[in-house]
Amino acid sequence: MSRAPGRIEARFSGRLGDFTLDAEINAPAAGVTVLFGPSGCGKTTLLRCVAGLERLPGRLVVEGEVWQDEARFLPAHQRPVGYVFQEASLLAHLSVRRNLLFGFQRTRDEQRINLDQVVALLGLEHLLERGVARLSGGERQRVAIGRALLAQPRLLLMDEPLASLDGARKAEVLPYLERLHGDLAIPILYVTHDPAEAARLGDRQITLSEGRTGPVIDTRDEAQGARLAARLAEVGPERLFEDLCATGVPPELAQLTLAALLAGLPPWRTSDGGR
Amino acid sequence: MGEIIWLTVKLAGITTVLLLILATPVAWWLARSQAWWKEIVGAVVALPIVLPPTVLGFYLLLALGPDSPLMAPLQPFGIRTLAFTFEGLVIGSIIYSLPFAVQPIRNAFQAIGERPFEVAATLRASPMDAFFSVALPLARPGFLVAAILTFAHTIGEFGVVLMIGGGIPGETEVLSIEIYRLVEALEWDKAHQLAGLLLVFAFAVMLSLLLIERRTGRLRP
Repeated sequence: MSRAPGRIEARFSGRLGDFTLDAEINAPAAGVTVLFGPSGCGKTTLLRCVAGLERLPGRLVVEGEVWQDEARFLPAHQRPVGYVFQEASLLAHLSVRRNLLFGFQRTRDEQRINLDQVVALLGLEHLLERGVARLSGGERQRVAIGRALLAQPRLLLMDEPLASLDGARKAEVLPYLERLHGDLAIPILYVTHDPAEAARLGDRQITLSEGRTGPVIDTRDEAQGARLAARLAEVGPERLFEDLCATGVPPELAQLTLAALLAGLPPWRTSDGGR
Repeated sequence: MGEIIWLTVKLAGITTVLLLILATPVAWWLARSQAWWKEIVGAVVALPIVLPPTVLGFYLLLALGPDSPLMAPLQPFGIRTLAFTFEGLVIGSIIYSLPFAVQPIRNAFQAIGERPFEVAATLRASPMDAFFSVALPLARPGFLVAAILTFAHTIGEFGVVLMIGGGIPGETEVLSIEIYRLVEALEWDKAHQLAGLLLVFAFAVMLSLLLIERRTGRLRP
């Protein structure tokens, strides 16, 4: 059972309607793993498969625990995940407090985080007794994040939690996401199509393109970044692009790496993250 | 007169309560099932809307009569027939008003969409838990509409009641039958009173339905 403790290992391949997913995640169950790619590339489908909201043939092992293989499929409500949808999707008939406590009251796991901590972490003190219809977009998304955290997830799944917000609301929620990363030891799978968000929040990154995943890229390796930047200065972008592709990096990822380097963002290393 | 009003309200009240309990699983299944044949069931449920009440009453009379195979299981309990009884009237009213309860509840369940159930699942709620903690409260306006329509529809039914009830005083004689009887007997004054009462009642029903609709329309995000 405990074949690989401390890792998230997922492999799904199959069809949903006319979309084909052939995806793999093999990453440490720690920090933020970004699933990155353009819209329609299958990253949300992949995340839904991990949550058990979608069922495709495959295998999923989280910290040594089998959630899905040929023989078993753990239903969504039995998986210790937290899920933050693109739209906050608060339950309209419940107050903010009762939305927050919905999962908390149903979890049987050890309680590592309580209402007071979540309220403080996400700045929700003044919202608790309100109905959810009277919240702003940013407030709604913060409540949704708090609600997911209070379900005591062992894996937090976030599907473009900032995509439905405008620039100002994004700037309001982003610091809370960074605090999440710093203060809590919950591994996060984070779906986004925004390179800046990916660079700011991610520890490592998996790029998806047309339903297929690329290798796991460590985005916090500064030494590798410095080497790539030096190489860029030496040979120029076109040559570096070819070099990257020659080492097995998908072209769209090599392009993003170059774009990040040219913009001075933390670049992406092309190791496979210890596979 | 008081007895007739009381009997009518009792019939409508009992029918409404039983029908809401019965219609909920049917509406849930119709709203959520992927089965291709579910609209066949939907059509059967909706049949009383288009079927002449006398036709429905005729079949019910046969089904609830002493020679009906459906009555056989009740024979050991000393019940030979439910025709011309209050219980028979309740059964008839439930079937007659079925679409008026199922349709609003089904619409309310469908309006919820998939997302709240996915939210509930990722927050550890089993499907049964989510039905009670998410589906029922979110569909509350639909239940209110179903209750009002069923109650009002039962108050106003005539054909079915006449066929299987017969208008026995204290047992099956309800308001709509009484109005018919009064008119036949040329007792216009009393007919006026009852007809006026039902007119006011019908207006109150329609007004409350429209108010519910307006309020839920505003609540929907």
